[in-house]
Formats: sequence, structure tokens, C-alpha cells
Amino acid sequence: MAGVQVSNLSRSFGAHKALDDVSIDFADGGFYALLGPSGSGKTTLLRQIAGFDFPDSGRIAIGGESVERVPVEKRRIGMVFQNYALFPNMSVGDNVAFGLSVRGEAKATIANEVQRALDLVQLGKLGGRRPHQLSGGQRQRVALARAIVTKPRVLLLDEPLGALDKALRVDMQIELKRIQREIGITTIFVTHDQEEALTMSDRIGILRDGRLVQEGPPEEIYDRPKSEFAATFLGDANIFRGETTGTGIRLPDGTAIAAGAGAALAAGAKASCAVRPERIRIATDSGTSDPNANMLRGQVSKRIFAGNNSTYFVDRGGQTLKVIVQNTGIERLAEGQKVVLRWSPESTVLIAGS
Amino acid sequence: MAGQVATGSRSGLRSALPLLLPAYLWLTVAIFLPLSAMVFFSFMTELPLSGKAWSFTLDNYATFFAQGLYWTLLLASLRLGLEVTLWCVVIGYPAAYVLAKVFRGRSREAIFLLVILPFWSNGLVRIFSWAMVLREGGILDTALNAVLPFKINIDLMYSYPAVIIGLVHSYVPYMVLTCYLTLQAIDDSLIEAGRSLGASRLQMLKRVIIPLSMPGLVAGAALIFVPVVGSFMEPRILGGRTGTFYGTVIEDQFVAVFNWPLGAALSFILLAVVLVILALASPVLKRAA
Ligand SMILES: Nc1ncnc2c1ncn2[C@@H]1O[C@H](COP(=O)(O)OP(=O)(O)OP(=O)(O)O)[C@@H](O)[C@H]1O
Ligand SMILES: [Mg+2]
Repeated sequence: MAGVQVSNLSRSFGAHKALDDVSIDFADGGFYALLGPSGSGKTTLLRQIAGFDFPDSGRIAIGGESVERVPVEKRRIGMVFQNYALFPNMSVGDNVAFGLSVRGEAKATIANEVQRALDLVQLGKLGGRRPHQLSGGQRQRVALARAIVTKPRVLLLDEPLGALDKALRVDMQIELKRIQREIGITTIFVTHDQEEALTMSDRIGILRDGRLVQEGPPEEIYDRPKSEFAATFLGDANIFRGETTGTGIRLPDGTAIAAGAGAALAAGAKASCAVRPERIRIATDSGTSDPNANMLRGQVSKRIFAGNNSTYFVDRGGQTLKVIVQNTGIERLAEGQKVVLRWSPESTVLIAGS
Repeated sequence: MAGQVATGSRSGLRSALPLLLPAYLWLTVAIFLPLSAMVFFSFMTELPLSGKAWSFTLDNYATFFAQGLYWTLLLASLRLGLEVTLWCVVIGYPAAYVLAKVFRGRSREAIFLLVILPFWSNGLVRIFSWAMVLREGGILDTALNAVLPFKINIDLMYSYPAVIIGLVHSYVPYMVLTCYLTLQAIDDSLIEAGRSLGASRLQMLKRVIIPLSMPGLVAGAALIFVPVVGSFMEPRILGGRTGTFYGTVIEDQFVAVFNWPLGAALSFILLAVVLVILALASPVLKRAA
């Protein structure tokens, strides 16, 4: 097992910079999610770490050892592909055994290790089947067993759950996390699904156009996004744009919004504030509760009921704000209702303007 | 498309009938009728067209077993088929691999055209071009002597190697095409998965790529082996006196000796032998695939 350090990594395809000066420290034994829109370079970064493709510049170290020019078969990594990539001409057991047998391990050792790996992914009895006789979730487990049976230093997964339906996906998330904890392997996980990234990983890196926009633990990225992009890409956020007052911003109409967190900015600069929809309280009266709270007035334009919660869209001075309310009772606000929105400065993040 | 028609209900089959009819009609007329006529001929003493009296006989088949020469020639033809097929694998498979897995986009199309180019030229033209290349004082001889410091004599014309070269050249595109089709259907991620597990390129080839492209190899081998065993044009033109094979003897019966009944009988013996070989080979190949 080993950590992975990527420093100043760049990779271009023609004139297009697929990776632009990316540096990330993947901690030993950690579960790291790479998140970003399509084409942001997630797969490209993973392929550099795996050794399928080589960077134009920058360094990659696995367990402290420099590997930029080491081909994939010598890197001792495990890789799980979105389409499983199981060998259709072999049984499940032979698929899992493949990595050990090309290394020339003894037959008895192989049989033992394969059984252990299949038991770990709870497919102990299916070793004799062919891949096409398995369900999507089972195939993904086989792919995982095949990747970890060789005891690789790093486990790389490129959208491994992308082809599964929602319910199976959640099962596999739990399963994958359990297995990762059990063997304590450094894991780098590419995903489109922000919820998946938030629930599974202990660190998240957000990529955009080949650059690392922000990285850190899930809570930090969620609570303290450093850019409008990070705030809106991971989770949803209401964005207010205006000028900084030092401790918040002033909107063009003069309303002040106080921010309790975020960048330290010189007064007068362009800036934005981000607030998560679930942090805003919605009410029909203007009764004072907390004098420090940010407050805006608006009108409900739409309500979407989603069972345990409702999303209100509130129009306010040309902007539509999103508010998510837990449905703890049966009272609802009607569309067209005039409302007051309140939220605390601590839930408001100040972001440098772009 | 065919699958969709086949899986449809009975009304689906009925609506497919007009589509299938022309093909089956054509097959009946073009293959079944002449072939049955040939079966008929092979049991006759004389060709009915010649006006002489004729009767049914098994003599034509007996001739084959009575004369060791036919056996010898049949074995030589089978060996020729085997050798040509092997050379086609050796040359065609790597070409198909490079075409399917190394080239991308435009360059692939260009190389692909080059591969199927032999299909566009007339078979006879192809063979006579080889004759010009291979004979003494021909293109190969002249070119080599222009490059090499010492004098050598290349005269491959009218030899067994010339027959092999001509046949391989005619038939290797089949191998390239069938192997290309199965190779390009192999997902690149399978190869990447194998390499990430530590397999060398050779190990990947042996354990994943060749087994998965077995159907293409088998199809290509069958497409080549069968016509080469019965071939007569290349052996005759490029082989000269050494080019007497089972196929040329059959041809002689039809165009020189005018003993059609014997020619037909020899043909059906060949057909039977080839079918037996394919039948014996199929379980072995199926297991490998
Ligand atoms: N082999 C290649 N040749 C040319 N361009 C490439 C190649 N591989 C990737 N790119 C380009 O690099 C950029 C990043 O691609 P990459 O596959 O890393 O995106 P991604 O973040 O994985 O996207 P997705 O979420 O859609 O999988 C894209 O613009 C892509 O077109
Ligand atoms: Mg990708």
C-alpha cells in the first residue's frame, strides 16, 4: 500500500490541455473522489496515474517512487473500468486468477487467493460462471475482485458504478466502501455523481477544464466552496453577486448580506456570496428572531414536493432563489405567497468575484 | 436485422418470406441444380451429351481408389492447403492486428484499401504479374542483383514456392478481413485491464486476444483451405511441371480429357474429404475459441 503524489502534471492532446498543472496528494489508505463535469480531465488524470498514458510534464510518485516513465504493467496498480472489462473467454475464477497467473504464482496459492477475493466481494460460489451469466452488479464485483487480488498499491476506479441503476448503485457504494476499509487500500475514484463523492470519500478533488479547482474533505468543500463553480457543481447553492463590504457583500439594490466565512477581500471588490438552499428558513411573517440573520423578502413562484422535503422557488428582485424545507408538518406555502427568507451569516460563504 | 425478423411472430415470418425468396431461389438455381447434375454425372459411364450410350456405374469412384496417383495428389493438395493457410495466418493475423488495434481513423482506411486491393484485380492478371516477378531475369532477380554485391540467380518460377507465393497472395486478404472483424470487436479496455494486472503484451496475445479472435481465424482458415485444396490456376501457371495437384487433375478431366464423369467423381471425393476434415477440426477449434 502506498500514497500517490501527483505534482504539476500537464497533458495536452494537440492544442487542447486535458490536464493543466494538476497537483494532488493522495493519502496512503485514503478514499479520494475525483469529481468534475464531462471533459474536465478526470479520466485523463486517472490514466496518467495508471500508466496507460504519459504526461507531457510533471511528476507522479507511488509510495515515494517516481513512476512517470514506468509502463502500466510494472506499476502494480489495480484498475476497475466502467464497462467492467472482464475477459469473456474465461470463467469468473480465471478472470480473478489472471493477475496472479501471469506473475507465475503457484497453482495452490492462486486458488486460495482467488477464493479469498471472491469471498470478499460475496461471490464465493460463482467462480465457475462465465461473465455473461452475471448481473451488472455481480460483474462489477468480479472486476473489483480481479483488481485487488494482486494486492496492488493503489486502486483506480473510473466511474465503476456508472452503468448500474440507482438502487444497485447505493448497495455497491456501501459494499465498495466496506471492502476498501477492510483492505485499507489507497483508492482513487472518478465519478459524475456528487452524492456518491460526498458519501464515500474522505477527500474530494474538483476538476474543471483540466485544472484542479478545489480539493479537501467533503464537508469543507461543501461548506466552504472557494468558487462559484465549486459551490454550484457540488450540491446546489444560491449565488448573490455584488461588492464586498469586508464582512459580506452589498447587492446592487443596496441590500447587505453578511458572510461568516470565506475569502478575506478588500472592500469594494467584486464578490459573491453562496448559500445552500437547505440553510435558508422560509416564513410568512417578518417577526424578528435573530437580529444578525440575513433577511430578504420575496414571493413563492413554484413549489416542488419531494416527499420528505419541498423545494420552494422564491422570486426576489429579478433573481430566483431555491429553498429546501424538511416536511416536518403538513403546513405548506402556496404559490404566490409573500415570504421572508432568513439565514445565518455562518452559512454564507464569501467568494472572490470572477 | 435478420434476428429481428426471426424473433418476430408468425406474421413476422410471413412478411419476411418475400425478402428470403429471391436468395433461396438463386441458391437453388445457381448451386443446387448444377451440383445435382454433377452428382448424376459422377455415376455415369459416358456423358449423355456426347450421344454415346451410357449406363450407371461406380467405376469413376473406384478409379480413385485403384490408382495410388490420385491419393498422392490429394495428399499433396491437402498439404498445399495447409501450408498456404498457415502462411496466411502468419502474414494476415499480424496485419489484421495492426490494422484493428494500432491504426486509427484515416490511416486505417487507407491501409484497409491496400489490403483488399487484390480483390479488385483479375485473378489471372495477378498470377501473371507474379510470373514476371519470379522468373529468372524477372523483377525480383534484377532488383536483388542490382542491390547485392555478388551475383545470385533467383528463379522461383515453376516451383513449389512460386505456387505458395501466388496462392498466399490471392487468399491472404480473406484472413486479414475475418481476423480484422473479430479483432476490432475486442474492446480496448480488455487489453488495458490485462496490462494493469501485470500481463506482458505476449501474455495478453496468448491468453486473451488470440482466444477471442479464434472465430475469425477459423473462418479465415476455412475460407482459404477449401478453395486452395481444389485450386488449379495458380499451380498450373506458377508451378509448371511441378504444379500438378489434385485440382489440376480435375480440371484436366473437364477441359482436356473430357471425362466429365471422372472429374465429377474426383470433385465429390475432394468435397467429402474436406467436409470430414472440417468436421474433425470443428470440436477442437470450438474448444480453443
Ligand atoms: N486520446 C485523446 N485524444 C484527444 N483528446 C483526448 C484524448 N483523451 C481525452 N481527450 C480530451 O481531453 C479532455 C478530457 O478528457 P477526459 O476523458 O479526461 O474527460 P473526463 O473528465 O473523464 O470526462 P467524462 O466525465 O465525460 O468521462 C476532453 O476534452 C477529451 O476530448
Ligand atoms: Mg471519463
